[in-house]
Amino acid sequence: MLILNCPYCGVETDETDLHAGGQAHLKREGPGSSDDDFEDYLFMRENPKGVHFERWRHVYGCGKWFHAARCTSTLEVFGTYPAQTLEPPQEICDKISQKRPGWSWGTFK
Amino acid sequence: MSNAISALQGRMTPGEVTIREAGLRGMIILRGDLGNKKLRSVCKTVSGVSFPEQGHANCIDERGLCWMSPDELLVMVPYGEVADAIVKIDKALKGQHYLAENVSDARALIMVEGSYSREVLAKLAPADLHPDSFQPGDFRRTRLGQVAAAFWMQDEDTFEVICFRSVAEYAFDLLAASAKSGPVGHFS
Repeated sequence: MLILNCPYCGVETDETDLHAGGQAHLKREGPGSSDDDFEDYLFMRENPKGVHFERWRHVYGCGKWFHAARCTSTLEVFGTYPAQTLEPPQEICDKISQKRPGWSWGTFK
Repeated sequence: MSNAISALQGRMTPGEVTIREAGLRGMIILRGDLGNKKLRSVCKTVSGVSFPEQGHANCIDERGLCWMSPDELLVMVPYGEVADAIVKIDKALKGQHYLAENVSDARALIMVEGSYSREVLAKLAPADLHPDSFQPGDFRRTRLGQVAAAFWMQDEDTFEVICFRSVAEYAFDLLAASAKSGPVGHFS
């Protein structure tokens, strides 16, 4: 069972209280973007064995979207943070670096 | 004007833990900037209780304020006072970005009263209800079985549970079944 801390409510909540929202930190490609960029935005996703960043919604609670950094192979959660950001906060990256030296994900490392 | 009727009309399942539908309760959903001074002060005026912290509820009898999310508050008043309360809120927050809506008839309120009421809830919700983590004053929005609900404690043996009116019967039956099957002893 995946247990995440909702950064808005400050409570520990498990995945039955949440709704998964897929990969985090997608850059939206809108009108005017190239076909390749738009295709990447629509279809291409990270699928790592290891460090991953996801969107989750506290659907039975506050209803807010937040981001989670976790490991897909061990289910270890490195941290959660509010969704109003384009990249993971430094403290989360530092925590991941401590536990998974040399990690990288998309353009983040 | 038609007579207002609560979802289950006061249905009760007595036992060591009694499940009781609590009848009509005035509930107002207030969305807006919870840091706003005018909003905080009108909420205190209308409900007569102090403003709750994140994840908390301040409730005295039928009046109370519950923290629903970073921009949402549940204001509770006696059923007959809702219209007046909304007028007061509208007046205080005029010109600001907010929403106050009477949801009294869209909700049901169920009381869980008795010695192991904590376990009756804990069996149904994915929330940590250990006495170290959940006490009177705490407020939790989560699910009961398969439906959304929220609850808080009036005192050590009494929970108040709110859910949507359309699922009141399911929530009531679920709580009654949980109470009937007895205590687990997990928290003792």
